[in-house]
Amino acid sequence: MNTGSNGALLEVEGLSAGYGGVAVIKDIDLKVAPREIAVIIGPNGAGKSTLLKSVFALTARSAGLVRFRGRDMTGLRTADLVPEGIAAVPQSRNVFPTLTVAENLDIGTYAAPPPDRAEAKERVLSLFPDLATKLTQPAGELSGGQRQMVAMGRALMSAPDLLLLDEPTAGLSPAYLEKIFDLLLEIRASGVTILMVEQNARQALRIADHGHVLVSGRNFASDTGAALLANEEVRRAFLGGAAA
Amino acid sequence: MNDLVFFINLYLVPGLTIGSVYALGAVGISMIFGILRFAHFAHGDLMTVGGYGTLTAVWILPFHPLVVLPFGIALAVGAALAVDRAFYRPLRDLPTIYTVIASFGVALIFRSSAQLIWSSGNQVFLPGIRPPLVLFDTFRIATLHAQVIVLTALIALALHLFLSRSQLGRSMRAVADEPELAAISGLDTERIIRWTWIIGAALAATAGVFAGMDTSMHPNLGWNLLLSMFAAAILGGIGKPLGAMAGGLIIGLAEELATYPWIGTDPLVSPSYKSGVAFAIMVTLLIFRPQGLFKGRLL
Amino acid sequence: MELTGLFFYLVSVMIAGGIYSILCLALNVQWGMGGLFNAGIAGFFAVGAYTSAILTAATTERHVGGFELPIAFGLVAAALVAGAVGWAVARICVRLKSDYLAMASIGIAEILRLIIVNEDWLTNGSLGISGIPRPFDGMVDGRGADIVFMAVIWTLVLAIYVLCQRLYLSPWGRAMRAIRDNEASSRAAGKDVERFRRQAFALGAAIMGLGGALSAHYFRFLSPTATEPLLVTFLVWVMLMAGGSGNNRGAIVGGLGIWFLWSVTEIFANRLPPEWITRSSYIRMLLVGLLLQVVLQRYRSGLLPERSPTLPYERPTSRGGTS
Repeated sequence: MNTGSNGALLEVEGLSAGYGGVAVIKDIDLKVAPREIAVIIGPNGAGKSTLLKSVFALTARSAGLVRFRGRDMTGLRTADLVPEGIAAVPQSRNVFPTLTVAENLDIGTYAAPPPDRAEAKERVLSLFPDLATKLTQPAGELSGGQRQMVAMGRALMSAPDLLLLDEPTAGLSPAYLEKIFDLLLEIRASGVTILMVEQNARQALRIADHGHVLVSGRNFASDTGAALLANEEVRRAFLGGAAA
Repeated sequence: MNDLVFFINLYLVPGLTIGSVYALGAVGISMIFGILRFAHFAHGDLMTVGGYGTLTAVWILPFHPLVVLPFGIALAVGAALAVDRAFYRPLRDLPTIYTVIASFGVALIFRSSAQLIWSSGNQVFLPGIRPPLVLFDTFRIATLHAQVIVLTALIALALHLFLSRSQLGRSMRAVADEPELAAISGLDTERIIRWTWIIGAALAATAGVFAGMDTSMHPNLGWNLLLSMFAAAILGGIGKPLGAMAGGLIIGLAEELATYPWIGTDPLVSPSYKSGVAFAIMVTLLIFRPQGLFKGRLL
Repeated sequence: MELTGLFFYLVSVMIAGGIYSILCLALNVQWGMGGLFNAGIAGFFAVGAYTSAILTAATTERHVGGFELPIAFGLVAAALVAGAVGWAVARICVRLKSDYLAMASIGIAEILRLIIVNEDWLTNGSLGISGIPRPFDGMVDGRGADIVFMAVIWTLVLAIYVLCQRLYLSPWGRAMRAIRDNEASSRAAGKDVERFRRQAFALGAAIMGLGGALSAHYFRFLSPTATEPLLVTFLVWVMLMAGGSGNNRGAIVGGLGIWFLWSVTEIFANRLPPEWITRSSYIRMLLVGLLLQVVLQRYRSGLLPERSPTLPYERPTSRGGTS
């Protein structure tokens, strides 16, 4: 895996972005190393999802740049980023409801065909064995947790280097939450770097290599997951006080 | 028995024929609605363009209209891609209602161009009367009707395979389902839109030729069929091309069968109100079952 | 001689332009204020035209009517009947989203056209209704009658303009525009969205009916070709878009301006060799279709764009000029 000069897979420098000329995130700096799990946390409205979307060219950037493997990605559309090796899963509406699970997964290969489709499908199904029995079902009929798996599976079909996840556990039951976090560790173990936004900050920081705290659209703190969990200030403000 | 033969020869088969025309037109309307999210009011006139393209080819080349159909298809596809590029694409980021208004203008452009180039009168594809096919000594089916029904069935099958098996077909369904997720997945939306126009226009041209051969070519041919095709697309569930085809057949049959003398000897509905039948079905559906018979995307 | 000819030509342009202005004002109530896509203007126009024609025309045995009632009565009845039809249509269709409302309204216009063509007993079918009087008939004759009719039309244009403008500025108009711009928040604020829409649709339809009636009186004759959707529905849309939807003055400017352009091209068309005269009407249609595209792409807000005079928070007046 190629990385930038300083060993980062993804570098965000001075990034500002927003909607209709109003900046939601301002001057954000962020580095994600290869094969790590990086988590973005912060209060509601801090601009976490906007940051993720602007990395993936879904939100217009007003300043700053995004480098992937050391290359400036400015000017590339979302459709161009997928073949570069980035895949993303949005928070809601993350599956094609009338397409079957198999078709949903297949869509993941169209923009960036993997060398071997059958192998890619096998790899994804070994990560999400629950889906193997539901391949012919329309994805819209699945439960929220299963849909999240279809969505992640679809993103992983193109064998991306970087996976962007927007609140993968939103609205899921505690049982599924554990399952998703375990899966994230497995995905990382398979060599995929993960950058995710997460509301369940405490659990997310436990599995994360690095955490980035966003407040009011600006960098507040960045450190290892463990260090952030131990940080009094972060804990009081964003993790609900009591020690982990 | 005689009544049944009479019914089949004079109502059922013609109903299936006009239903096939609606079906082929409604497919495009449904796909455009699903993928571009607007009601394409110029679709009927696109049929007219395809019909005239084929008619012109018949004048130049000494072949049967169905053999030179590709010329009409090429003209309709070219026209559709041109108007999309010039008139619809610049409005893509605005509320879709502007595109709907634009499509009214395009309908007028198509129709008036047809009147200018091919004159406003009626023109026939094949002069003379063709003997009908006679089956089992009783069923008399016009050759054209048989051709139309068989070809439409083949097209439906091909469409089904295309949408369920091919990469492009699945991408189209994905864009119709969740356009944003399709973009996130890296699908090239503009390319998919282009193919939507190509397929929609090709089927519209085919429908236009069928309709023109059944009666005659005139500049209002497609516009007059538009409402029934919208009804068919809604009946089939917007964004469901195969549903739209089924809807087309149902509307065609309903229009013909409504004029059958079910009670007494007079037609149930006077033939001059035939197009009102499609409309009544459409309004009833819009009110009571807006998702269509086949559970399309909600409005 | 040439000069008087030109003068009366302008009078005729002003009359037809005035009728179109009324139709534009009507569409502005539905679309400009309410965001309701009515693609069946011709239908309401026809209902009004036939209502007034049947009530006021000279006695005949060809069809129902020839009641020879006063014209004012005919005009009021035209507005009421068209408004009632509009209300009934709105009752069924107004909750449909824009595209579906367009389909439904175009369908209704189509059904009304079928009825007019087929129900000879009522409308005399394609032969049409003749002997429709004009207001102040007999008081002036010859070409002077056109001037009187022009005055009648423009008095009505003015009256309808004042009505629409007051409506626009009234709490009702403000609510209507709020619904147009953000249905969900209006609904959340407790507004009966459907009711407002029904009212706007019915009112617009009533004014369209009045426009139809005036047109029947102008021509003294009415047949199904007078309610051709291209010339009624479509042209009115182009006029309102070009003039500025949401702006009542824009509606009048659009109606009169586009009709003027349309008429001027007719003068040129009449100088063409005979074999081109029939074609010239298609060329004009083609140009109107293209004009609409230009308006949609370049001048979407029209010659006189809507300027909301309401509270500043409702709509920022300029980009970036917000708090």
